[in-house]
Amino acid sequence: MTITEESGRVHGYADLRRLMGLMTGDEKHGPAATSTLDVLWVLYDRVLRVRPERREDPERDRFLLSKGHGPMAYYAVLAAKGFLPVEWLPRFGAYDSPLGHHPDRMLVPGAEIGSGSLGHGLPIAVGTALGLRAQGLHGPRVWTLIGDAELDEGSNHEAIAYAGPTGLENLHTVVVDNSSASHARPGGIAARFEAAGWSAAAVDGRDHEALYAAFTAPHPGRPHVVVARVEPKNS
Amino acid sequence: MDTMRDRLAPTVSRLLDEDPRVAVVLAEIGKDGFAEALRRHPGRVLNVGIREQLLVGVGAGLALTGMRPVLHTFASFLVERPFEQVKLDLGHQGVGAVLVSAAASYDWPAGGYTHMAPGDVALLDTLDGWTVHVPGHPDEAETLLRHAVAAGDDKVYVRLSTQSNAQARPVDGQGFRPVREGRSAVVVAVGPLLEPVLAATEGLDVTVLYATTVRPFDAAALRRATAAARADVVLVEPYLAGTSVGAANDALADVPHRVLGLGVGRAELRRYGTVAEHTAAHGLDARSLRERISGFLGGGTAA
Repeated sequence: MTITEESGRVHGYADLRRLMGLMTGDEKHGPAATSTLDVLWVLYDRVLRVRPERREDPERDRFLLSKGHGPMAYYAVLAAKGFLPVEWLPRFGAYDSPLGHHPDRMLVPGAEIGSGSLGHGLPIAVGTALGLRAQGLHGPRVWTLIGDAELDEGSNHEAIAYAGPTGLENLHTVVVDNSSASHARPGGIAARFEAAGWSAAAVDGRDHEALYAAFTAPHPGRPHVVVARVEPKNS
Repeated sequence: MDTMRDRLAPTVSRLLDEDPRVAVVLAEIGKDGFAEALRRHPGRVLNVGIREQLLVGVGAGLALTGMRPVLHTFASFLVERPFEQVKLDLGHQGVGAVLVSAAASYDWPAGGYTHMAPGDVALLDTLDGWTVHVPGHPDEAETLLRHAVAAGDDKVYVRLSTQSNAQARPVDGQGFRPVREGRSAVVVAVGPLLEPVLAATEGLDVTVLYATTVRPFDAAALRRATAAARADVVLVEPYLAGTSVGAANDALADVPHRVLGLGVGRAELRRYGTVAEHTAAHGLDARSLRERISGFLGGGTAA
């Protein structure tokens, strides 16, 4: 891939909305389009040990975007961090663009999985965590991002109920909660993980320091979930 | 005689010893056979509980880290229940796994329709790039399991059954093999239905091809056989009738031909009983097969 001047320059958080605008032709985004933006930025900027030149390194951290719907924030962060050229963004969704409305790991550099159908990322993350452990790779951490309504899918609950009792410590989940589930109870998200033996934290999904603290909190012997609350989708 | 499934745990346990890439994922069913392997390889023998979506998702995750996962449960819970995981977590992610099923089309007739999966191969046919092995004998199952695990990162389905031929034949994990030569038609017998087909076609002037690897479909072998005999083809499959009719038609697209697809009927029988009773009900016993094959060939083709 040719690293152009645009791609090569260092982008910061302040550039993300402009990068998203390259995909949508719009500098303004409703909260739903950016519900994952701060979570993704803090993860890629400060937490995940992965860089474009380490995309194939077995020791890298893995981030699996399960909530593949509305991936503009994800592509913007990947572009800002140099995984993919900024020049790809304006052709978002075009026939021969690598960037679809749901990401495809076979097309997007840095994408660990293809997603779009809900409820696949967490079970695959469990397998990834098990595979690393089986190979004696105890350094890499596995992260997956799901949405609060995505938790409706039963496949997540198969994964949650297995990962807790088996103490899958290298597994991390962040649930971006924009109150989009039709049927939910207050506090229900963290409670479901905690009932299965996970370490859990709930924070303001727009507060970078709070996110960082929750992402890096120790959780010996247990998988860890961070519920990142953002403004309701339909507010 | 032991069953194909009796060979699964010993064969895969040896592969676990031999190859550090190999991992086994179970969903409770079949875990007892792997107790010793679990002690030796606790990180690579995984039982996820009664969670079949997770079974396939975990297999995909293991494959993404470079491992060679072997997933096992009954066919209905391995292919049908988590079909979207098979489609997306393996195919769409570009990773492979070995799926080994048991119970086949009606291995447990008293268990009823919930434990029958005659449509498994037809379902996999909607996806790209699957190899499908249907052994006809426990020895063949062992060989084909080894081929499946050794097949790089391919997507491979191995369909084990309690139904079996009395005698094992050589299998190579690839094409169809002629076991009888004739001139009036070609009968393709899949896996455990070989011996019923041989009995049914006794004295008929037909070629019998034995198929244990049915996907990819061995079009070249069928073309060779039909070039030497007539292009009248009967497919006898131990799963949904007609599953391979399209593949046979494609193989013979440029020559006039006829194809009859025999196999397990689509209609739910709502009967229990024995395997033999279900085989007869689906017209797959030797006497019914002879009648149906002779009828297709025009009646009096007996030599």
